[in-house]
Amino acid sequence: MTPSQTVGPFFAFSLTAKPLGQMAGPGALGEPVRLAIRVFDAQGAPVPDAIVELWQADASGKYEHPEDMQPRSPDPAFCGFGRLGTDEAGTCRFETIRPGRVPGLAGDQQAPHINVIVLARGMLSALFTRIYFADDPANAEDAALALVPEDRRSTLLAQPDAAQPGVWNFDIHLSGDRETVFFDL
Amino acid sequence: MNARTDHRVIGYRRVDPHSQPQRLNEPYKSTVLRSPRRPLIQLPHTLSEVTGPLFGHNPIGESDNDLTRQHAGEPLGERIIVTGRVLDEDGRPVRNTLIEIWQTNAAGRYLHAKDNHPAPLDPNFKGAGRAFTDDEGRYRFVTIKPGAYPWRNHHNAWRPAHIHFSLFGPALVTRLVTQMYFPGDPLFSQDPIFNSVRDERARQRLISRFDMDLTEPEWALAYRFDIVLRGRDSTPFEERR
Repeated sequence: MTPSQTVGPFFAFSLTAKPLGQMAGPGALGEPVRLAIRVFDAQGAPVPDAIVELWQADASGKYEHPEDMQPRSPDPAFCGFGRLGTDEAGTCRFETIRPGRVPGLAGDQQAPHINVIVLARGMLSALFTRIYFADDPANAEDAALALVPEDRRSTLLAQPDAAQPGVWNFDIHLSGDRETVFFDL
Repeated sequence: MNARTDHRVIGYRRVDPHSQPQRLNEPYKSTVLRSPRRPLIQLPHTLSEVTGPLFGHNPIGESDNDLTRQHAGEPLGERIIVTGRVLDEDGRPVRNTLIEIWQTNAAGRYLHAKDNHPAPLDPNFKGAGRAFTDDEGRYRFVTIKPGAYPWRNHHNAWRPAHIHFSLFGPALVTRLVTQMYFPGDPLFSQDPIFNSVRDERARQRLISRFDMDLTEPEWALAYRFDIVLRGRDSTPFEERR
């Protein structure tokens, strides 16, 4: 394999020249979600030069990919990929939908989740995590969450914003006391 | 119809840690506050990990892979061809996959508001390109050779000349962001990013090869850079619903 190297601080004129924050187009099926993601370093300082990529299924739990053999078509009004750079406050905002459940490995259905890739200066390779929705009862039976020590599962839960209906907040701590759970994929 | 459907998920092989940099690498100072200290949690690959964005409907513009023809005039610097193949660990071509690149101009300056290196910008060079691989996994860019630049990581720190590469491959887990270097660069020995890959043979995979056969007489020199993405497991997980 070719080794990974850092994305560095100067990717914006290429990778995020065209921001991909609006994943749900007009008429996209499912519950609209305005996802506010913030990225922090070990000291809790915002990371203003990170890039956050999302990959998720549509509202029916279908990925737009030939290896998803579930017998239905992906929602044409929805794009499962999103990509944004963080701003000075370490924040980026996606307009998406709550994904459906996708099959697990043992006949189970995974809880709705969004796959996340984080890249930044100071990171020599990409980090992977998942966003789950704090209010979803399916979280209790999710096979990936079950692999995470209970006291760290909350780092994978997006929380509804009390003041702004439809907005969900998700903080990514690259390191430090509140370090987010990252996956070795 | 609700017939039971079998979903077979063929996962990807686990990454050989020797092939990759360690995330926490003190000589590269900004890794200290930006790398996790807790062990990562290993996940078996499900549909979420073996799928990923394919950009099939994302057309490439005519000059997207020729960085010397994106402006009214020609950029300054040494014109080069950068070409190679994208393969998986079993040597199979990775077809129709998006490659994005970005780099400094010939003077070592990025087109970025926060790049304050006192070197000139080039009005005829942006430094960003993209291409899709063909059915053999081949890609090709025309660009100019990027310059080295200082970066304040340590006293008199200079980045060796490099081109950033971003690839997706067929799945979430094949995502790769890397940098391509040029052979024989005297700045290698002092660069903690290049040297974050401890294994000598793995590190050599980051260096392009000068290729006389690929040069174009009276026009451009050529460098070959092959990229290897993760290969697949041979045994599928059975997935039923």
